[in-house]
Amino acid sequence: MTSRRRFLGLIGGAFAAGEVAAQLDPNIQALRAAALEAAVRKITGGKPVRPGKVKLQVPPLVDNGNTVPLSVSVDSPMTSADHVKAIHVLTEKNPQPYVVSAFLGPRSGRASIATRARIADTGKVIAIAQLSDGSFWSDTVSVVVTLSACLEDGLI
Amino acid sequence: MARVVVNAPARAKRGEVIEIRTLAGHAMETGFRRTQTGELIPRDIITQLVCTYNGVEVFRAELHPAMAANPLLSFTTVATESGTLEFKWSGDNGYAATQSASITVV
Repeated sequence: MTSRRRFLGLIGGAFAAGEVAAQLDPNIQALRAAALEAAVRKITGGKPVRPGKVKLQVPPLVDNGNTVPLSVSVDSPMTSADHVKAIHVLTEKNPQPYVVSAFLGPRSGRASIATRARIADTGKVIAIAQLSDGSFWSDTVSVVVTLSACLEDGLI
Repeated sequence: MARVVVNAPARAKRGEVIEIRTLAGHAMETGFRRTQTGELIPRDIITQLVCTYNGVEVFRAELHPAMAANPLLSFTTVATESGTLEFKWSGDNGYAATQSASITVV
């Protein structure tokens, strides 16, 4: 049960968190964007990533960033000649862009995975699929997060 | 100690695509949080899950701190033959957990 004292404490905490955010590195946006770009480059090895084929499902409005259900499915016949080799999920605003990398094969039958992620702040979530022919496809979804993961440490 | 749950169908038709859901009980400490005295809590996460079907790897996932606590992963595989599905989780501080599920293919 939330007592009045505890409630006041929570309000105070929310203000304090706002102050911490204000003291963060002013380049944090650029740094996060660079980290995301570097992560994408590391996955693709510099090859172009085309939008399409991938379907990333994330709720557009997230109440609690600590557990965000997400699922990725890729349009692929999943035969030994044409299958999805890997699915990577990245986020824009987390301290590290990586969420999960799943490695599939023709024995997967269907290229679809589901998991739960932590999302630190309102921003984009990106799923990249690597196909057996070496091409990369992606899907990007913008999500709004009301309660962030890792807010207490002022990392957003 | 390590609590893990796997949900896979016990029977399937040959060639059917079956869905497997795995859940591991783990706090997935990110390594970005601090204690009240300001010390960084060291990272402690599960980093990998490998699923083998009668000894052949059919699925592998690398997890990162951005996975939610008690990481859930659901994926699919083709039911090719009767046998066992083996699941292996491994992570920081020597975390290791295994679970197996048997499947009858008709």
